[in-house]
Amino acid sequence: MTREVLDQKIRENFDDVLALGSMVEQAILKSVEALKQRDLEAAKALYEADQDINAKRFEVENKAMVAIATQQPLARDLRILASVIDVVSELERMGDYAKGIARITLRLGHEPPIKPLIDIPKMAELTADMLHRALTAFVEGDTEAAYAIPKEDDMVDDLYNQVYRELLTFMISDPKTIDRATLLLWAAHNLERTADRVTNICERTIFIVTGELTELDTSDDESQAKGT
Amino acid sequence: MNQTTEHYAIEARNLRVYYGDFLAVRDVNLKIAQNKITAIIGPSGCGKSTVLRAFNRMNELVPTARTEGEVLYHGKNIYDPDVDPVEVRRRIGMVFQKPNPFPKSIYENVAWGARINGYQGDMDQLVEESLRGAALWDEVKDKLHQSGLSLSGGQQQRLCIARAIAVQPEIILMDEPASALDPIATLKIEELMRHLAQNYTIIVVTHNMQQAGRVSDYTAFFNLGEGRAGVLEEFGPTEKIFTNPEKQSTEDYISGRFG
Repeated sequence: MTREVLDQKIRENFDDVLALGSMVEQAILKSVEALKQRDLEAAKALYEADQDINAKRFEVENKAMVAIATQQPLARDLRILASVIDVVSELERMGDYAKGIARITLRLGHEPPIKPLIDIPKMAELTADMLHRALTAFVEGDTEAAYAIPKEDDMVDDLYNQVYRELLTFMISDPKTIDRATLLLWAAHNLERTADRVTNICERTIFIVTGELTELDTSDDESQAKGT
Repeated sequence: MNQTTEHYAIEARNLRVYYGDFLAVRDVNLKIAQNKITAIIGPSGCGKSTVLRAFNRMNELVPTARTEGEVLYHGKNIYDPDVDPVEVRRRIGMVFQKPNPFPKSIYENVAWGARINGYQGDMDQLVEESLRGAALWDEVKDKLHQSGLSLSGGQQQRLCIARAIAVQPEIILMDEPASALDPIATLKIEELMRHLAQNYTIIVVTHNMQQAGRVSDYTAFFNLGEGRAGVLEEFGPTEKIFTNPEKQSTEDYISGRFG
């Protein structure tokens, strides 16, 4: 074969995307765990983790740019590298959402909880799982999974709407909870947005394989999810 | 770019070229859009240059070469017995890989072809227009009577382009026109090609994939077929060929998996 260097660089890029994805997945789960446990130390640690995520994103983006500049990839190779640049930017934003949840934990501080958190951690688990499988599909070029995963976004949206209704009830019945309930709503919203971004990754998988840039329809429209 | 709405400058129909018994190019059907640049790419020995030379009967200068099928130019097969190959080559000019100016002055390099074609107009004007057309005038206007061979490689190639356009062709065939040039001279030639495409139809053979991508509107990918005969594997808008070709063999070639 005449192009070992490019193949090697593409493999490295995929490995890097998976490594960054794993960092983001951990950040999502840990941020919600810290919120649930009101663990301020863990929340602070997530600020540092986000720095690492940002640094890794720039590193991968730069590697992809160097591969494009030095190897002049075309067709599928070019679509892969262009998509890697796009996907790491999605991942970085997801990391920012996790940091946002950590910030909420710090703001809630030692105030008494409104209620034990059930649905928000469920949203986090679903989202992290979707992300994990979306990235596996991305590096494997698995279009079947890429078409299927965005449909699961409905479950995240349903949970979000449930959280929204529940928190609204708290706010109506006891205005003293408005501040805390609003912060929790933000946290849920961040998870809802994270799951939406998983769909964007799936769109890139389809682009790599077919060359078509398509908008994957999830029944979630911005209008359907509350408060967006 | 929808080729169906475009005019064609020249068309190959069931074109076959033999060298002796060897079938070099098999059954090529290719329509070349007018005032566009069509790049011919493909691995070595796939018949790119043979196809290019078939478009102005240049293959006939190879003693064993034989051509079957048709090359239609203004509705007429240029291989018909009543067609004068010299007239074909005047209207369908050629620029070669290695700049090959005559060992004459810059002026004479441009004027000579026009003169033997019986050009009656103002020769000074024709020389200036041709040199301007080849983006060379400003660099040589003060030394028109120096030897063409005194110029740099990139300038010599542009002189050859000026010589080609001086006889007022419609189509310019280019066989690896920049492969002997440095990157800056290469970019100048590419820029010139884009400019020339406003007035001429250009068909260019290139080994340089990035060059084909930069310069051409359409790309024809040739590959080795059965019995090592060259075949036209895929043809389409350059954007499409370079980002999402139909055939795996095209993708493999442009991605450097063979060739």
